[in-house]
Amino acid sequence: MDWTALWLSLKLAVATATLLLPLSILLARELAWRRFAGKAAVEALVALPLVLPPTVLGYYLLVVFAPQSALGQAFAAITGGTLAFSFAGLLVASIIFNLPFAVQPVQRAFESVPGQVREAAWLCGMSGWRTLWQVELPLAWPGLLSAFVLTFAHTLGEFGVVLMVGGNIPGETKTIAIAIYDRVQALDDSAAGAMSALLLGISFVSIALIYTLDRSRRRHD
Amino acid sequence: MTEPALVVRLEQAAPIPLKVAFDCAAGELVALVGPSGSGKSTILRAIAGLVKPMSGEVRCNGETWQDASRFVPPQARHAGLVFQHYALFPHMSARRNVEAALGTVPRAARRDRALELLDLVNLGGLEDRLPHALSGGQQQRVAVARALARDPQVLLLDEPFSAVDQVTRRKLQRELAQLRRRLRMPIVFVTHDLEEAAMLADRMVVLQAGETLQAGPPFELIARPRDVQVARLVDFRNLFHGEIVAHRPDAGHTLVRWLDFTLEAPLRTEFDAGGPISWGILPAHCILHRRDRPSRGERENPVTGVIDEFVPFGENAAVTMRVDGRADAELQLSIPLHVANRNSLAQGAEISVTLLREGIHLMPFQAFERRAGIPRGAGVDRRPAGE
Repeated sequence: MDWTALWLSLKLAVATATLLLPLSILLARELAWRRFAGKAAVEALVALPLVLPPTVLGYYLLVVFAPQSALGQAFAAITGGTLAFSFAGLLVASIIFNLPFAVQPVQRAFESVPGQVREAAWLCGMSGWRTLWQVELPLAWPGLLSAFVLTFAHTLGEFGVVLMVGGNIPGETKTIAIAIYDRVQALDDSAAGAMSALLLGISFVSIALIYTLDRSRRRHD
Repeated sequence: MTEPALVVRLEQAAPIPLKVAFDCAAGELVALVGPSGSGKSTILRAIAGLVKPMSGEVRCNGETWQDASRFVPPQARHAGLVFQHYALFPHMSARRNVEAALGTVPRAARRDRALELLDLVNLGGLEDRLPHALSGGQQQRVAVARALARDPQVLLLDEPFSAVDQVTRRKLQRELAQLRRRLRMPIVFVTHDLEEAAMLADRMVVLQAGETLQAGPPFELIARPRDVQVARLVDFRNLFHGEIVAHRPDAGHTLVRWLDFTLEAPLRTEFDAGGPISWGILPAHCILHRRDRPSRGERENPVTGVIDEFVPFGENAAVTMRVDGRADAELQLSIPLHVANRNSLAQGAEISVTLLREGIHLMPFQAFERRAGIPRGAGVDRRPAGE
């Protein structure tokens, strides 16, 4: 069992899910309730990682992250480091790759909050922020939790993009999925088997949790 | 003269055409009535600031909520709105739903004020229940308490009784009638139920396709619609065409030719003698002549005909008579069942009735097609005729 890789994966998964949550709340709320030109294009962009081969996404991210690119230079100027083949780059890639897994459940959750309930909140004198805190989020929380768990589990198991953007640097970019690949290549079946079983267990529990939550939400409706 | 508490003037071409003008005084209850899609709910939403019509103005107690240069957001309007399906916060108890609207009250006083409001709407003891554990009628009461919590300057009710059963509706209607006597703000409510509007409202505003057609006290409006269009909307069922014969100012009446009859109607000199006219009479103003005991009143606008349809309908009978046996002159009557039985009314029987002079309402001539299959007894006026 590669504990360093497991720890790195957990760190990446928690950071991705945590950073994506506020971002997806802002984005999903707009998509759920606002009509604007180009909305379909934005929704398509958000959903794109679902169908794009991870290698394609990884390739473009590598191009954007390259030290000579604008983003790479800006990042270097601010932090002194590089995006490609680093944990920071992995995190950015992970956030982009997980956009649909976070945004879509949150968007569905906001869409299920009746428009008149929000209007009633405004007529109670609540500002937009208070309406968000006191009415929208309490009603949408199962969707937010789904988004968090899905993002977490999906990040933990991601392989293609990580390999393209991060490579295989122990302690920096070598996640547990990469470690499993590594062990299989080295014909170390027992280590690969143990890590695979662990990932399988975490994924199953995560998905089961989402279904349980969804059932309890529907019972309350 | 001081301005009414609520002044509403709205105009827009799309998405829902509006051409609306009405007022509501403090303590007055105005009902907006009209068919589905006539823009009733949109008007309430515009008053509350939830939609912004293209042009117009909304003023409340001297404060401008909307005009060409100003649009006050809903949070700042102090308008209490009871939504058709109540829109309660499903995750909050009844008390917390009301407290949610008490943001300006000091935290310590909110609970007491909320309980007071729930008592006002007869919901004491159920304050800790979540909305889904309350009946439709109870949810409606929470919605009313919440709408009143901010001490609104106007109370708006969007079809408040449409989502409950008949028994609960009657009860809630009675409660609203009682509650409003304790309220000092203008109240505007939307309904498509004419009977409900007539029962509860001080004034009715009739709308069609987003346009206010006529406003007035309910009975005035139901008995004297300004034209055939309004007459149709208030379910004025006996509508006919005729011709002005002459005006008799000395006798106080106008003579109208209808089929082979010359009817006396209240004097209306604004219509030209010799010209065509539309006219109508409510079933309540058609009085059955008793066969066994003729009276002097029978000389007033008597018409005879044959009963084409006789339908017992609750305590009354809905009777359609063909005047002079003509299919194009069907007069609808509402006759108490015991009177109908005493006079042996049945399909095919010949009867004569008096069209009360005061009940004959003249309107500008407007061509219309006769309606088929009008629901019997669905009208506003259920007062019995005959006796």
